[in-house]
Amino acid sequence: MKAYVYVAMKKSVLDPQGKTVQGALSKMGYKGVADVRQGKYFELSLDGSLDRAAASAEVERMAREVLTNPVIEEFHYTIED
Amino acid sequence: MKFGVIIFPGSNCDHDAYWAFKEVCGQPAALLWHDSHDLENSDVIVVPGGFSYGDYLRTGAIARFSPIMESVRKFAAAGGLVIGICNGFQILCEAKLLPGVLLRNKTLKYICKPVHLRVENTDTPFTHSLTKGEVLEIPIGHGDGNYFCDDATLSQLNRNQQVIFRYATPSGEVTPEANPNGSLENIAGVCNEGRNVLGMMPHPERASEDLLGMKDGLKILQALAGSTTSMR
Repeated sequence: MKAYVYVAMKKSVLDPQGKTVQGALSKMGYKGVADVRQGKYFELSLDGSLDRAAASAEVERMAREVLTNPVIEEFHYTIED
Repeated sequence: MKFGVIIFPGSNCDHDAYWAFKEVCGQPAALLWHDSHDLENSDVIVVPGGFSYGDYLRTGAIARFSPIMESVRKFAAAGGLVIGICNGFQILCEAKLLPGVLLRNKTLKYICKPVHLRVENTDTPFTHSLTKGEVLEIPIGHGDGNYFCDDATLSQLNRNQQVIFRYATPSGEVTPEANPNGSLENIAGVCNEGRNVLGMMPHPERASEDLLGMKDGLKILQALAGSTTSMR
């Protein structure tokens, strides 16, 4: 079982890296991009000791307590077999 | 006053801070290892600058789980004095001992240069011997010093006078041009509600001797050394 955790800056927080990437894309001639937000991605290989519900709860706890800083970041995750 | 300077893997201003408190201020000082719970009867805990745990995940995010930080949390909750400088400020924010967070600099560049700070509140153990509105010249050296918090926290900081230093011009004006990193309202240093925990991005220990070319930081270190709010 694997958990995929996606972390992004909250909409209300300025993301200077995203802004820089957006500026670069437009300077390089790529069209159609209005905004870029840069985030983080974690791929967790689970050891199978927890069932899906328990794993989900544990991943959520890790994401909230360690992988993100709730002051500036939000997350979502998926769990796949 | 005994100063306990924490060493995390990746701290690199620990010995500078130790030197400044011990040799320059003439105070007893100890170096505290991150893996211990023992604060060695320190009166003031110094969380120094550097790149603790390589800044992995987020600046300060791993350091806050160190055994010594459990002791620092209890020490601070009991009113003990804690100062976090640069990476130390980032760690104290991650540890929730201070509000807010330090984001990547607005310019995305690491900035290393002297800046001017306006002293906003002198009713703290860190600034009691300074004058409100006084301007200090102290260097910064960081890539993530862009102070951010939500609106509710910001108004609370202002209402409680928890903003201790703001980036300013040499004459003490708080302007966008004087803001090196994009910090909200030019915030360079904040304290907690109890006024016993301070975090600041500039490095007072790097401005503490003639040899270093700047001495304004010494005023903060000496204020602490002469503080009477010690727990012991």
